[in-house]
Amino acid sequence: MAHSYTPGLKVLHESKVRKERILPLKGEVIVEAKATVTPDDIVARTHLPGNVQMVNVGNLLNIDPTDVEAVMQKPLGSEFTKGELMAETKGILGFFKSKVLAPIDCTLESISSITGQVVLRDAPIPVEIDAYIRGTVAEVYPEEGVAIETEAVYIQGIFGIGGESRGELAVVVETREDELRADMIKPEHAGKVLVGGSFLSLKAYKKALGMKVAGIVVGGFNYFDLEEILGYTLGVAITGSEDLVTSLVLTEGYGEIRMGSRTFDLLKKHHGKFTSINGATQIRAGVIRPEIVIPLNKEDLKGDAHAVQINEGIQSGSLVRVIRAPYFGRIGTVISLPPELQKMESETMVRVAEIKIDDEVMIIPRANLEMVETD
Amino acid sequence: MAGKELKTILATDCGSTTTKAILIELTDQGYRLKTRGEAPTTVEAPFEDVTKGVLNAIMEVEELSGLKILDGDQIIHPMVDENTGVDVYVSTSSAGGGLQMMVAGVVKAMTGESAERAALGAGSIVMDVLASNDGRLPHQKIERIRQLRPDMILLSGGIDGGTVSHVVELAEILAAANPKPRLGQNYKLPVIYAGNIKAQQNIKETLGSITDLDIIENIRPVLEVENLGPARDKIHDLFMEHVMAQAPGYKKLMTWTDAPIMPTPGAVGSLIEMVAKKENISVVGVDIGGATTDIFSVFQGQFNRTVSANLGMSYSVCNVLAEAGLENVLRWVPIDIDEGELTNRIGNKMIRPTTVPQSLEELIIEQAIAREALRLSFIQHKSFAVSLKGVQQERTISDAFDQSGSGETLVDMMELDLLVGSGGVLSHAPRREQAMRMLIDAFVPEGITQLAVDSIFMMPQLGVMANIENKELAESARKAAVEVFEKDCLIRLGTCIAPIGKPKPGTVILTAEFELPGEGKKVVELRSGEIIVIPAPYQAINAKLTPAKTMAIGKDKGEAHETNIYGGTVGLIFDGRGRPFELSTEKSKRIENLNKWSKATNEYPDTDMLGGK
Repeated sequence: MAHSYTPGLKVLHESKVRKERILPLKGEVIVEAKATVTPDDIVARTHLPGNVQMVNVGNLLNIDPTDVEAVMQKPLGSEFTKGELMAETKGILGFFKSKVLAPIDCTLESISSITGQVVLRDAPIPVEIDAYIRGTVAEVYPEEGVAIETEAVYIQGIFGIGGESRGELAVVVETREDELRADMIKPEHAGKVLVGGSFLSLKAYKKALGMKVAGIVVGGFNYFDLEEILGYTLGVAITGSEDLVTSLVLTEGYGEIRMGSRTFDLLKKHHGKFTSINGATQIRAGVIRPEIVIPLNKEDLKGDAHAVQINEGIQSGSLVRVIRAPYFGRIGTVISLPPELQKMESETMVRVAEIKIDDEVMIIPRANLEMVETD
Repeated sequence: MAGKELKTILATDCGSTTTKAILIELTDQGYRLKTRGEAPTTVEAPFEDVTKGVLNAIMEVEELSGLKILDGDQIIHPMVDENTGVDVYVSTSSAGGGLQMMVAGVVKAMTGESAERAALGAGSIVMDVLASNDGRLPHQKIERIRQLRPDMILLSGGIDGGTVSHVVELAEILAAANPKPRLGQNYKLPVIYAGNIKAQQNIKETLGSITDLDIIENIRPVLEVENLGPARDKIHDLFMEHVMAQAPGYKKLMTWTDAPIMPTPGAVGSLIEMVAKKENISVVGVDIGGATTDIFSVFQGQFNRTVSANLGMSYSVCNVLAEAGLENVLRWVPIDIDEGELTNRIGNKMIRPTTVPQSLEELIIEQAIAREALRLSFIQHKSFAVSLKGVQQERTISDAFDQSGSGETLVDMMELDLLVGSGGVLSHAPRREQAMRMLIDAFVPEGITQLAVDSIFMMPQLGVMANIENKELAESARKAAVEVFEKDCLIRLGTCIAPIGKPKPGTVILTAEFELPGEGKKVVELRSGEIIVIPAPYQAINAKLTPAKTMAIGKDKGEAHETNIYGGTVGLIFDGRGRPFELSTEKSKRIENLNKWSKATNEYPDTDMLGGK
């Protein structure tokens, strides 16, 4: 059977989700294998080397760089507190001494006899990593971190901003076509993850920020509104490090696009459950998509999930979504995948798929299709 | 011939998304491209082994050529018999983000710039240029180094025998930052020192124990001389030894190739340099990709490369919009379109980078963005491709009123002989006329300029072939690279003839007289504001070009010029829009002009159907 490799976003009603929680540098893992963890539990911690400051003691004391070491008050590796005397010249007969005080709490790391610089290092910066999702510690990587596993609903978005966040899931629209309006966001939504339908306006997002909503999952948002939130024009889709109270996950893209029905129905079904989301997106080699993870309780598990073969690609009967104008956002079923190249209106010669959308058969470039990966 | 005569050459280019293989054969007409194959690159999970993608691409070549190249997962080389194996296998790579470097120099505009030129010429992406005078405080520099995590660092500074302390200070900053390489935590960061010879011992003391330090000749031994060769070679060596060896599967791939793997842009650059040298011409080459746009140029025999890291057609398409401004993109679109909708569409292309334009409207928008990406990249290139700064010039009385000094751009559009475009949006444009128009509108060539596109983007593979050092193979491989470049790689679009000057509307600005093969004598009268295309084959056509008194096609205004011009798949393009070229700021006039030029060049099927009359 003809098939074509097409990227797709996961919309899984039951899946084993594994998340690696790794420290940026080696440190200490503080949970044990098989332990049960909640999202806020700290699983590993370390200290990053402190920032560095350079002070040109030679210049400040107006002495030759080769003499700097002699005027330092303590040897290499010593600690100084902010304002402590760090270097002092002998002066003339004990008078007219020049001094350099430590600008920060630091350790003396090096002294240069060529430039007269001394290198001071700040105190180490503590870093802690939490579990992010509720689950079990499946694996411990000594000194590096852990892997947490959980049975969960797993949904990937297409684009997001803001990093990891969590809260109770609250679907605040009736249908997937509905816009999530500002007046729908209420004080009781603080700390929750809200689900909208087709669109979120800038005004509504700002209100969510003000109400300290933990996150929003919605079909679409205007690209040009991102600038006001981020403070810069987003040139490349690499996000996740923004400091935003409300993480945002778009399931469909930019503009007003109703949320996929499976995504919406699945989120609606789990209204009220505790959810972890992450807006981090990286569209480059090593693609990262934003995600929504809703851990399931034992009684929720049906065990009917079957492994989805991502590499299987689309074939006749596959459910696909069109991801470029002029049919952007529409969902249909593949009828056939003709092998020969076909000419589009743009005169581009491409491999195509015949798609049935609402009883109408259309020819769409395969590159403009995304598999709706369901279980 | 001194070396071995190669009968078949297999070359691959492992790009960040696709691995492309080409098979070259020696035929009765010299070396020709026999077939090509491609497959997704497999550096990422779940495969994490670049050789898988290479084997898949070669398998496609096997199927199409009927030649047996693979024995399991081994490439059969040298050739066993006529139907089995290839003589030589070579490869380039930009997978895994290519080679990412930081460079440092004492004075930003002098040694800093020389170091940047060396790194770019070797095919790397320069993440940042540190300099003693770059305005940043030491701790800011340190923070930047720690944040960027380059693959390697090139440190230069000072002329030989000059001051030592500045370059040592830079080394101290590097030491304090103690940067960790991006790939692989278990080895030391490679640092190349190419600065003041007098500081070598101090540099060793400062960086020797914490980095993998290599000391080479000074990149700027005296102010008047730039010595980039040793730095470029060392970068290539370290790229192989360190960066490539860390990337998944490359150790295996390195054992397969008959010559060292080159970074893709380094290979393209060396090919362009070779062509310019061989023909003794000035060349500009551009490769517009999804994330970046590379520009290569050779003017006055001097090679330059720039990479605009965030100007591209998919991953960085929104950055083109951000840098050029919506207005500048829209000025190339001959239709009325809602601005909000347009930005959302472009945003959607960024988050779904592999999609293709299905409708004509989408194609027009995409090509409008390409014009701006190319234009901006070329501006960056022009400001970088300059003569050496800081050089003292001897002036005579006749120079008293000449303000030009050191640091002038080398890019002279009147001098440019050949402009080569490559990358999806140019190579795969549905009509060659579209590629031609994008190149002319973005680069605005002046005088007489030949235009070409790379048919399937095989310049990287040809570049690495031209660089084989093994004496036995070198001569034949270089010959093959040149022949295939001429016959199969380049698609000659034609020649753009664009008089410079500000013409009066409606006046004749150029008269061209020439004889077309089989058609007899032709006289073309080019009026101001119009474009005329005359279909003509790629062969020398003797032409007499006489500009109006206020216009120039050669050195001086009004001076007639007799020369050979070449046609191509599009033909001879007479561009009467004047130089400098500006679009009308009046919307209706602009749209009318765009449609007129589009019709004259047969650019789009029929833009009238989109409502733009």
